[in-house]
Formats: sequence, C-alpha cells, structure tokens
Amino acid sequence: METFEEFVKRILTILFWFLLISPLIIFPVLFLLVPLLGIDVTLANEILTATIDPFKAIKLADRYGVGPSSTFFKVAAFPGFTFAALVATLVILYERKLMAKAQLRVGPLYAGRFEGVLQPIADLFKLLGKELVVPEKADKTFFWAAPILSLGLGAALLTVIPLSPTTYIARSEFSLLIPFAIIGFSPLVVLIAAWASSNKFAFIGGLRALHQLAAYEIPMLLSILGIVILTGSFDLMKIVEAQKDMWFIFPQFLAAIIFYITILSELERVPFDLPEAETEIVSGWLTEYTGMHFGLLQLGVYVKFYVLALLFTLLFLGGWNGPAFLPPIVWLLTKLFFVITMIIFPRAVLPRLRIDQLIRIGWAWLIALSFINLFIAVIESSLGVI
Amino acid sequence: MQNAAMNIEDKGGDQLVLHVGPQHPGSGHFRIIVTVDGDYIVGAKPDPGYVHRGAEKMAEYRDYIQNIPHLERPVIIDATGVTLPYVLTAEKIIDVEAPDRAQYIRMIMAELNRIISHLYWLGIYGIFLGHSTMFMWPMGDRELFIDLAESIGGTRVTFSYVVPGGVRNDMPTNFKERALKTFDYFEKRIEEYKKIFFNNPLMSARTEGIGTMDKKDAIRLGITGSNLRACGIDSDTRKDETYCLYDRVDFEIPTRKEGDSYARCIVRLEELQQSMNIMKQVFDLIEPGPIKQVIGGVMRGEPGEAFVRTEAARGTMFYHIVSDGEKNPYRVKISVPSFRNLIGMTHLLVGSRLADMPAIYWSLDYWPVEADR
Repeated sequence: METFEEFVKRILTILFWFLLISPLIIFPVLFLLVPLLGIDVTLANEILTATIDPFKAIKLADRYGVGPSSTFFKVAAFPGFTFAALVATLVILYERKLMAKAQLRVGPLYAGRFEGVLQPIADLFKLLGKELVVPEKADKTFFWAAPILSLGLGAALLTVIPLSPTTYIARSEFSLLIPFAIIGFSPLVVLIAAWASSNKFAFIGGLRALHQLAAYEIPMLLSILGIVILTGSFDLMKIVEAQKDMWFIFPQFLAAIIFYITILSELERVPFDLPEAETEIVSGWLTEYTGMHFGLLQLGVYVKFYVLALLFTLLFLGGWNGPAFLPPIVWLLTKLFFVITMIIFPRAVLPRLRIDQLIRIGWAWLIALSFINLFIAVIESSLGVI
Repeated sequence: MQNAAMNIEDKGGDQLVLHVGPQHPGSGHFRIIVTVDGDYIVGAKPDPGYVHRGAEKMAEYRDYIQNIPHLERPVIIDATGVTLPYVLTAEKIIDVEAPDRAQYIRMIMAELNRIISHLYWLGIYGIFLGHSTMFMWPMGDRELFIDLAESIGGTRVTFSYVVPGGVRNDMPTNFKERALKTFDYFEKRIEEYKKIFFNNPLMSARTEGIGTMDKKDAIRLGITGSNLRACGIDSDTRKDETYCLYDRVDFEIPTRKEGDSYARCIVRLEELQQSMNIMKQVFDLIEPGPIKQVIGGVMRGEPGEAFVRTEAARGTMFYHIVSDGEKNPYRVKISVPSFRNLIGMTHLLVGSRLADMPAIYWSLDYWPVEADR
C-alpha cells in the first residue's frame, strides 16, 4: 500500500525523468521535421524552453492569441472555468473542514502535510480511477449527457458575471438576467439524470427536484427584482456601481434573506437537500452515477455554488466595492468567502425538511415576502433612498 | 420459497413499489417493501430475517457459560441488556444467587449499556433526519461511556461480563471518580443536544405528530420500552418486576402523552439522565464484598423451567429457559422488544409520507439483528 504522498512522489518522478529524457528524442525529431514542414526553426526551441519557463510560455501564448489578455484565456482560465473549478474544489475542502470542526472531528487530515489540503486532489484521483458503471437499463445517451450538461451549465453561468471593473469575460446589458435564465435549466439536468438512470429512487429524486424548483424559482426571481427597481438596470456592473455608498443588503434586507434561502434550495443543501436525501431515497438522482460521472455532476453543482455565492456578493454585499488599500478583486473574494461560509453552515445545524413543508415555505412565505419586498423597493425608490 | 411479501408488486396504476433495504442507507439489516402513491405510503410490508442465525437453537448446543457470549451477539450494542436476563434466568435454573456487590455492578453495567445503546440510536436518528452534527456528537460522546464500560468489562462492546453467580471481575477502584467526571460532562452535552436538535424547530416540524401511536394500539400490539412510555404508559420492568437491586434506587420513568416520533425521542433523551441518576445512587449504595458466588464443576440446571423479564435498552427482554438437568439448556426462548416494534411499524407507516419513513422507522429503535435472532 502506497500512501497518497508516495503516489504524488511517483508521479513527479515520472514527470521529472520524462522532461529530462524527452529532449533527447524530441530535439532531433523537431529539428528534422519542422524545417520540412516549413515552419520557423526557432519555434521548436521556444516550445521546448516554454515547457520549463512560464514567462516564455506566456510570451509564446500571447503571440498565438491565447495569452492572459486573450478571450480564450479569460474563458478557460482566470475569470472563467479553471478559476471557478478551483474555487469549487476549495469550497469542498473548506466545507469538509468546517463541518468537521462543528462536529468535533478533524476532517481530512492526511493528504498533504497541513490539515489535508491535498484532499481534493486525492479525491479527484480516486474518482478518476473508478469504473464508470452505466446501468443496463439506463438510457445511455442521456445518462452520459447529464454530467456533461451539469458542468456545462455551471460553466455557462460564468460568462457574464464580472469579478471586478476590469475582470470579466463578456459584458452584457442583461448580465443579471442571463445567469437566472441558465439556472432555470438546471432542474432539467436533474430530471434527465433521474429519468435516464431508470432507478426508482433516482426517479423520486428527480420529481422532488422539480417540486423544489416550483417552490423556489419564483421567490428567487422576485427577490432580485427589488434591486432592479432601485437601480433601473439589469447590468451587474451598474448594480455594483450603485452600491458605492450603501450595500443593498440594508435597504433590501428582506430580499437578501429570501435570496439566501432560495440559494440553499437551488443548491440542494441542508435543509433543502430533498432530491438527494440519503436515508429516504439512497442518493436521489445521483444514485446510479459513479466515478467521474459523479465527479462532474458534483463539480457542476459546486461551480453553481460559486456562481450563486458570487451573485449574492455582487447584489447585496457591494461586490468589489471597498476601501482602496486593497485591490477590488481581493474585496470581492473576501466577501465571497463570508457568503460561502454562510451557505455551508446550515448543514451543521439543521435537519432536512419534507417536500410539503418546503413547498409551503416557498409559496406561503417566500412569495408573499418577496411581494412585500417589491413594495418596499418601490417606496424606497420613490423616496430616493439610493 | 417465494416470499409472500413480493405479492405486493402486482399493484398497477400510479403506485410505485420501493424495496427499501437490505442495501439501503436507511434500512438496516432488513427490507421493508413500501408502496407509494404519490408521496404517501399506501402499503408497508416489513421483510425481516436477513440476519436470522437461529440463536435460540444454537443455545441448546452450548452450556450455560458458553451461551453468554453467544447470546449477546444479536444485540452487541446493548450487550449487558441482552445477557443480564439470560443470566438471571440461568441463576434460577442453577439455583445460585449473586452477592449484593455483584448485583450493583450489574446495574451499573446495564445502565452504562443503556446509555451506549441510546446514544447510538440518537446518532443514527440524527442522520436519518439529515442532521449530520447530531450523528457525530452522540457517536463521539458514546466513546466516553464505552471507555467506562471497557474499564469494567475489558472489551469495547461485547463484554460477556455478567455470569451466573455474579460478575466476572470487580470494577476498578477509581471507577466512581471517572464515571462522575464523565456524567458531569455529559449532562452539559445533553443541554447542547437539546439546543441543536431537540429544540430545533425544523426537527420538531419533522417529528411532531408523525407516526402517532395510539395508547390502546400500543398495548394491543405488545409494544414495550420507550415506545410504550411515549404513549403515556409508565411501564418499566425495572419497577414493575424488580430484578437485581433496582428497588433500592429511586428513579423516574419518563413518559409522554403524544405517542409520536418526537415523544419517543424525548423519552429516550430523558432516560439517559435517569440512567446516570441510577448509577450515581448505586455508587453511594455499593459496598465492598464478594462479587461472585463460585460454582464448582460444570453448571447443571435443575430439571424445570424459569423465566425472567428485564428492561433492556429497547424494551422488555424476556428469557424462558427449560432445563432437563443436563449441562446444556433444553430450550431457550428469547422474546425481544424489537420484534414487537416491527409489528407496530407497519401500522405507523401506512398513511404517512415517504419522507417520514426514516423518521418513524428509527424512532421505534428497531434493531433487525435483535428481531431476527
């Protein structure tokens, strides 16, 4: 039995020897083949040096339009997918540690020298090594489609959400509406996964997800409408700009609470984790998913987690606004961390609700409260609070 | 043989048949075949027997001492609770009586085991309602009581500690101090349990009025233990048919009138406190003395029969032993509380929601291994 550290050491050793030996093969090949293909010979040198020199790699990438300022980089790396996936992974680790502290446990401890910081990587390797079991009676196309759709939806959410006045992938007049339009699609992914699994427990989980959608979707949209009334814009940039003097959590406190509750419901987190209630319906719609299928579904959920926490920060906590001694993005991430903690914490203190109770909360309380909130917003806007 | 319970599959229409168990996170070692119409359960058919080993028959091939470790297997989390009635019955057959000190130590072990078993139940009940902190806390605190019991019995859970004529060995000299320290800590923890779980509005929303058992139904179905006390009947074998020296200690029988899942929970929580109260009194009453009446040679029962009822963690545990004068018992009949709870469960599940199934099922503290024996 090798430990995780030994495993990483082995991988790194292989990588080291590969980098050392590969030039012996690659150099002659490149110098022989590249001139034949009519490409500049210096490029081969550059490619090889770029593999070990990140600064040269950036320069090289810049030349071919994939550098840090390019659209590709934005989509794939920094404000885009890689960053979101990294945050999502860290959220998983943070959640496990926070839950462990609340429950008088230690949580992940052995992967990595300090407090199990490498646990997400260990989990990833574990999931990659698992067999992908597709049930015999499953609808194979949709069974495969659901994990990809889940992650795709999570990634699509990232497109129009800005991280700072200068850090964004795409600007849009309707950058507030677009994420909610995409989120509305996510229960469909759950239903696809549930139906394709052809499993009774998964099927019940899928139906529960649809019921849940009916309970939270309307209050969620109504709660953000107050902010739209106050700012007169669907543009997240303008909404954040409008919070220079006062965060919207103060004039729109009710909306913040409603939005927070509906976030918990959208993310299927305790106390609203009905679609995957373990002791009732095994794992709900996730029951039949194994290995990296499960990994992608979970990653999709956690990317959505990151996006919704980010939206809460932008809408109610003033986004990147803050004293000038720190760059805007640091303020944003600090607030984001706080919001993530708030979303994780109910899991430590609350039991699960029942579906009828959830629908009663959604329809009887949240919708009524969000209409009251709309009135408040109209009054505030006519009085000129903002 | 085709299982009779499978016939329920034939129902058509909008109804869905779910096999909850034996491989289900919320089932335990048994299956319950649930028919749901929408969100409501219209039929519930328990299918026990997955862990049936024939413990009663096997007991006929073992002598009175060998039977002790054997008969505690069905309920290892309540090891003393299940062996104590056996030993008491065997003592009647063999015609020995344990000295007072042994009786007191038996009471301490029985109450420690009741706490260990109830904490296990509480942890699982927490996770059955989706409350993961309530799973971890009692499981962690349970270790303290396991440590206490280990210092007397020598092992973590399967003590095999009570033997005919007394107990295996004396308890350590500093046991009282250690135990009182643990009790002080745990009394604080009970308050924290109440804060995070029992007074949690979501928890009471999930359990209050759910799985309500009628008083008359409870008596008719033969429900015992905490489940009966939650219906408003102050029945406790420790008081009704006193054994060991329970008549010398003063304790209350926690009861509730409602008979729902919440009542069953809160009764068990209060029993934790009562068990600690009993042990505290025993520490004052216990005096130095012999711990075992030594029986020479192989134990042989007088021809005849005897029975004893005790209060185990889950309810009344009944042993009936028939002896023909040989070294092995002729017949050992165990009547376990869990099996009666199973009968009650069918009545409670029908008409409730699917999501309430774990809330009802585990509030009865049904232990499949005990029921199957």
